[in-house]
Amino acid sequence: MQVVSGVRDPLVTGGKTVHDVSHDISRHVENPPAKSWYLAMAVSLALLGYGLYCVFMVLWNGIGMWGLNKTVGWAWDITNFVWWVGIGHAGTLISAILLLFRQKWRMSINRAAEAMTIFAVICAATFPLIHMGRLWLGFYWALPLPNTFGSLWANFNSPLLWDVFAISTYFTVSLVFWYIGLIPDFAVIRDRALAQGNQLRATIYNALSFGWEGGAKTWMRYESVALILAGLSTPLVLSVHTIVSFDFATSIIPGWHTTIFPPYFVAGAIFSGFAMVLTLLLITRKVFKLEDYITIYHIELMNIIIIVTGSIVGIAYITELFISWYSGVEYEGYAFFNRVQGPYAWAYWSMMTCNVISPQLFWFKKIRTSLVATFVLSIIVNIGMWFERFVIIVTSIHRDYIPSSWTMFHPTMYDIGEYLFTFGLFFTAFFLFAKFFPVINMAEVKSIVKHNSEKVENKKVAESTHA
Amino acid sequence: MKENTKIYWKGLEQLTNAPEFVKNAGNEFGAPPPEENVEHSRRDFLKMMGFGMSAVALAACEAPIRKAIPYVNKPEEIDPSIANYYASTYINGGDYCSIVVKTREGRPIKVDGNPLSGVTKGGTSAQVEASVLSLYDNDRLRAPKAAGKNTKWEDLDQAVIAKLNEINATGGQIRIVSNSIISPSTVAVLEKFNAKYPTTQHIQYDQNSHYGILKANEESFGTAMIPSYDFSKAKTIVSIAADFLNSWVSPIEFTKQYALVRDAGEGQKEIARHYQFESNLSLTGANADYRAQIKPSEEGAVVVMLYNLIAGLAGKPTTEGGKDVKYLKAAAEELWKNRGNALVVAGSNDKSVQTLVNGINDMLGSYGTTILPGSPLNYRQGNDEKMNAFVEELAAGKVAGVIFYNCNPVYDHPAGDKIAAALKNVTLTLSTSYKEDETATSTSFLAPDHHYLESWNDAEPKKNFFSLGQPAITPIFKTRSAQESFLKWAGENNTDYFEFLKANWKARFFKGGNFQQFWDKCLYDGVYELPTESASVTFKGDVNAAVNAVASSYKSGSGYELVIYENGTVGNGSQANNPLLQELPEPITKAVWDHYVLISQKDAAKEGITNPESKTKLATITVNGKSVKVPVLIQPGLAQGVLAIAIGYGRTKAGKVADGIGANVYPFVSTVNGSLSYQAASVSFKIEEEAYQIAQTQTHHTYMGRQTVIREYTTEDLKTDPSLLTDRFSPQVATWLDEEHKVKPGELSLWKGHDYKNHHWGMAIDLNTCTGCAACVVACNVENNVALVGREEVINRREMHWLRIDRYYSSDAPVDDWKGLEEASDNPEVVFQPMLCQHCNNAPCETVCPVAATTHSTEGLNQMTYNRCIGTRYCANNCPYKVRRFNWFKYHDNKQFQTSNVAQTSDIGKMVLNPDVTVRSRGVMEKCSFCVQRIQNGKLQAKKERRELQDGEVVTACQTACSTGAITFGDMNDPNSKISKLLKLRPANPDRPYSIDKIAGNPRAYTVLEEIGVKPNIFYLSKIRNKESAKA
Repeated sequence: MQVVSGVRDPLVTGGKTVHDVSHDISRHVENPPAKSWYLAMAVSLALLGYGLYCVFMVLWNGIGMWGLNKTVGWAWDITNFVWWVGIGHAGTLISAILLLFRQKWRMSINRAAEAMTIFAVICAATFPLIHMGRLWLGFYWALPLPNTFGSLWANFNSPLLWDVFAISTYFTVSLVFWYIGLIPDFAVIRDRALAQGNQLRATIYNALSFGWEGGAKTWMRYESVALILAGLSTPLVLSVHTIVSFDFATSIIPGWHTTIFPPYFVAGAIFSGFAMVLTLLLITRKVFKLEDYITIYHIELMNIIIIVTGSIVGIAYITELFISWYSGVEYEGYAFFNRVQGPYAWAYWSMMTCNVISPQLFWFKKIRTSLVATFVLSIIVNIGMWFERFVIIVTSIHRDYIPSSWTMFHPTMYDIGEYLFTFGLFFTAFFLFAKFFPVINMAEVKSIVKHNSEKVENKKVAESTHA
Repeated sequence: MKENTKIYWKGLEQLTNAPEFVKNAGNEFGAPPPEENVEHSRRDFLKMMGFGMSAVALAACEAPIRKAIPYVNKPEEIDPSIANYYASTYINGGDYCSIVVKTREGRPIKVDGNPLSGVTKGGTSAQVEASVLSLYDNDRLRAPKAAGKNTKWEDLDQAVIAKLNEINATGGQIRIVSNSIISPSTVAVLEKFNAKYPTTQHIQYDQNSHYGILKANEESFGTAMIPSYDFSKAKTIVSIAADFLNSWVSPIEFTKQYALVRDAGEGQKEIARHYQFESNLSLTGANADYRAQIKPSEEGAVVVMLYNLIAGLAGKPTTEGGKDVKYLKAAAEELWKNRGNALVVAGSNDKSVQTLVNGINDMLGSYGTTILPGSPLNYRQGNDEKMNAFVEELAAGKVAGVIFYNCNPVYDHPAGDKIAAALKNVTLTLSTSYKEDETATSTSFLAPDHHYLESWNDAEPKKNFFSLGQPAITPIFKTRSAQESFLKWAGENNTDYFEFLKANWKARFFKGGNFQQFWDKCLYDGVYELPTESASVTFKGDVNAAVNAVASSYKSGSGYELVIYENGTVGNGSQANNPLLQELPEPITKAVWDHYVLISQKDAAKEGITNPESKTKLATITVNGKSVKVPVLIQPGLAQGVLAIAIGYGRTKAGKVADGIGANVYPFVSTVNGSLSYQAASVSFKIEEEAYQIAQTQTHHTYMGRQTVIREYTTEDLKTDPSLLTDRFSPQVATWLDEEHKVKPGELSLWKGHDYKNHHWGMAIDLNTCTGCAACVVACNVENNVALVGREEVINRREMHWLRIDRYYSSDAPVDDWKGLEEASDNPEVVFQPMLCQHCNNAPCETVCPVAATTHSTEGLNQMTYNRCIGTRYCANNCPYKVRRFNWFKYHDNKQFQTSNVAQTSDIGKMVLNPDVTVRSRGVMEKCSFCVQRIQNGKLQAKKERRELQDGEVVTACQTACSTGAITFGDMNDPNSKISKLLKLRPANPDRPYSIDKIAGNPRAYTVLEEIGVKPNIFYLSKIRNKESAKA
């Protein structure tokens, strides 16, 4: 293991021992859930149920249940898709890139962040499916499967097909990565269950842990696999949203056809992803009393990432505006004029306020270390990022080249219902995860808990620095 | 050899052949025990269960089978899947058009114009195109009715004849009421009826009356007639409120003529100049070069002024009065300069105004050149005075019997209420309408006539121009030709109208030889035309009396003035129950399924009305104590202080489609100087608090100064600099070579581009000759089974039209003021642009489809494979022309579309569907296919005959419907095709004549959005306004 400077603030506070770690995390799996959990679960299931009704109505009657029209062929559906995919990015960034860069502070947050990634990608994937006019055929016609139609094949020119590959690869790798991380922790729960004499739990978690026995060789392989998967995931952090941005960038619609999109989308994705991680962890931390594991230091670091990515996004917005004027292209110019001044200006300015101005507040240490401010701003950022996608998608196509076709888009209850459906799905999954899976990576956290032997070392260092 | 006669037997029973034995001989095992029934064994049970299970399972897999009944005996002339064409004649009231009916398997599915007709010359209108669906109207009468109950024809005849005889015996008055009758044989039939019942009088009236012209001509020239007009001879056209391209006299004919003088060729050809003076922006006004806004009360004064101006130039005595308006002096000078090639028309139905117009045309020498009194028209013979007298008689109880022959005065006559009330006390009331309309519900007998596509008929739209109508289908319901009914009631022995018609033609036109041959020829051609006669007339109208009459009858009131107009979709309301017309965007307002009152922009600002997203308020309009409540729509171009409202709405008994839409404004029509006046000097206008959203297919009305979409020039500018056509807007791309080296967009490419080795289909659309009439839109709907989605879905901006006509107003704002450009001018210039799939050679829709459902053909077509489409709508988003249409719902099945989509949801309606075009299901994208079924048909025909496909063999539905010839379709690979010649096409690279890249040498040709490099296969010819300068 690497050497950690003794001068650094400890990542886990409260003088936790290895046993404390196991106990603090595992007890949430072992104990019956709190009333608040049932309440939260009930709300999520209600959302999910209502959402399912809306999904059913759309599938049964047709896409016309949504507010789309002849000019605006995508609106909330693809907005939500891009938004959810973006949210997923933080998890992968934390688990993969930060692992490669040996950022140990990631250890207390990567589990929940990865879980968030997986659930967010599932939520995201529902939109490209439901938004198809003929889902019952589209779900497999979009795949390059051998078929009996002769030489009929998927169209490899289409960015939508690239999306299919990008999202499915991303989902698979994220799932495998997450699950492999879970294996030693499942084994801990199994062992504790055996000690407590709960045979049923022991059997289930034994199966989940693939019979992990904790040998040195196994640990070695485990760490190698984690590194390999981190290496595989790292390009995905960049590629997935790049490909999602190609849906727009390769088109010919002013406001979509923008070469700046790939980096701009990736930055935006990480931006919104960290905001979502913060929203979730601030709640989990409070409910599960994990203040010693997810400390203000963690939150501050994440807020710094939000400032950085938020500023990148802000620069991208301003660049877009500049280029639309500088290019001298009338349609490009009008597209952005229309964003700023047109009927959807309120959406544009909501986006600007939420994404560019609000994260700048994190320059103040007081704000970025305040739990309440962080929580509020994390939600504002996610609202802003939703508007970003809405602005890009809807304001570009609602007034494009031919003025006779200019229209407005008005969402119906089914547009909203579909969005609520994914919230229901996401939180149901997340609460199930929080109850049945260890929300913090115990195995990794244990590696950064101060051992008794280190305490002596610490003392020495402290003395020498004070001397 | 000796026969063996030995008998072997198994037992004594067999030997004795006992009856008991014989009975059971075949039953080897004897009677089974009662518990084991051999007829249903266990095996059988299993078999049946097995079969049942698999049958149920299989049935569940199969799509439900819809009825398709093959011919038991194939009729000789019908080959399944091969269309038959019959020449016929569209007659609806006084409206007429010579047509060719396309039938498939005995069902009329499309109506085209008949090019052999000397009157309509192959032109049609939206209403003619749509009429084929009226044939399959679900609300048609199924059988004759008496006293509200279905009856038999024999019983009805008996009862009617009894009543007629009773009236005849007492000397009671009988009246036959109809719209203008242009059928000579029908007139002959009515004469027979008249002979039998001598008290009969025939009253004709028209919804859109032209009685003022008839009367004015009677006073001016001695005969009450409407002459033929020839706009194609005119160099200067001045119209004072005459909407001659849409509703005035003979719009189909005039549209054709007008296009001839508006064709700008390659930009240098001289075109006629058209001045329009009107209140409401009409289709005609939208096509005018100069348009001045006048109030309806000023119509007379403007004509007086024009008379004085011309008289001054002609050195003739002028009169008092008159009102000068913008452009009037210039118009007068130009008329005078072009006398002999000038034409002045007025829409007024006031004889004094028309007398003055006659005087003007007389001074200009129009008679004999642009006006042909030798060929009077018969469309509008309605006599308002006689009709009004009839209403009075009826109300006074002086009429004993009334027969309404295919007319609906209770709805479409100003005194409709009075007629309906008076009918209760009339002994015999009968309607021959094919529907139980407003009038028919007030009559005791209903003797439904055939639809015109089911009946024989003839027409004389114009003196010496005859047109035959032949049935294209056997009558669908138990209807009977009205002429046959009249003959029956007249007690004729031979009541077959076909025989009668034939005999009538034989007597009138047959000049010896083989009659059958003559008849067949007439039937084949659909028309029979005799040489036209020329007649010279001398004007002897009393100008001073007319001027005095104008001065006394045209007074403006204190409040708003009202114009009552006929729009280009539902027209006079007789075909209102046709959803093709209800969902056809009105050419100017682009509204569908709605009735509204139009208000000028300035007045709207004053009244505090705005129309964001077509949202508006209702308003109550009161004229002479009658009021209607309709939504308000802002109309740029409408004169300030004037409101305008259309007739044709407010039907109550038209059927499911039209009932309840809007309000009936026929009662607003008043009588002035003995003829109906479609204006009101003072109306009260009150805005209500109720909000309303009008369904409009276009909610943004200016083209934002985008020259890549619309290119328009004035003749004056082109005279000074002809290169403007190609140079004023010419996007270019700088290249890496140097700053000076610029190329056209699309010339720079990574790819070589492909070749179309066979055909390269393309289209040219002339923005100058297109009048925006929208007949092509209806034709496209009918040809391609386009779903009609209804009002709600249009408000959701989901109309399905494959072909739309974009109507743009000009704006006063400078081109860089993007906010200002959204506002239309107060008196805008208008341009119409038919917009359909551009069949781009580099189609952006094709690359983005994940499943390759939209692909490019080897002949340049952008094809849509419905079966493969999974409905991601990416193609529609990426279409720069926004012409792709998505099936948001199952339009052919869902209950909510039963009212609007009758052609796909009802059993009768389905008969109109074109079997060559798939009805699209839910969740797939669709768009214009360049009528690929017609291309395929043409190619197959040529292949069968082992020859090359000739230019002009394949015509698209929109092209056929276009009266003006603004649409040209053809093979761009063929250097001799019409389109190649029109556009002066040449391959961009002479070594590759079949390459996708073709350069149009016609300086007016351009492609929309040239700079994005999608390389469309549709070229537009720029709009040329015959104006002094753009600002005037």
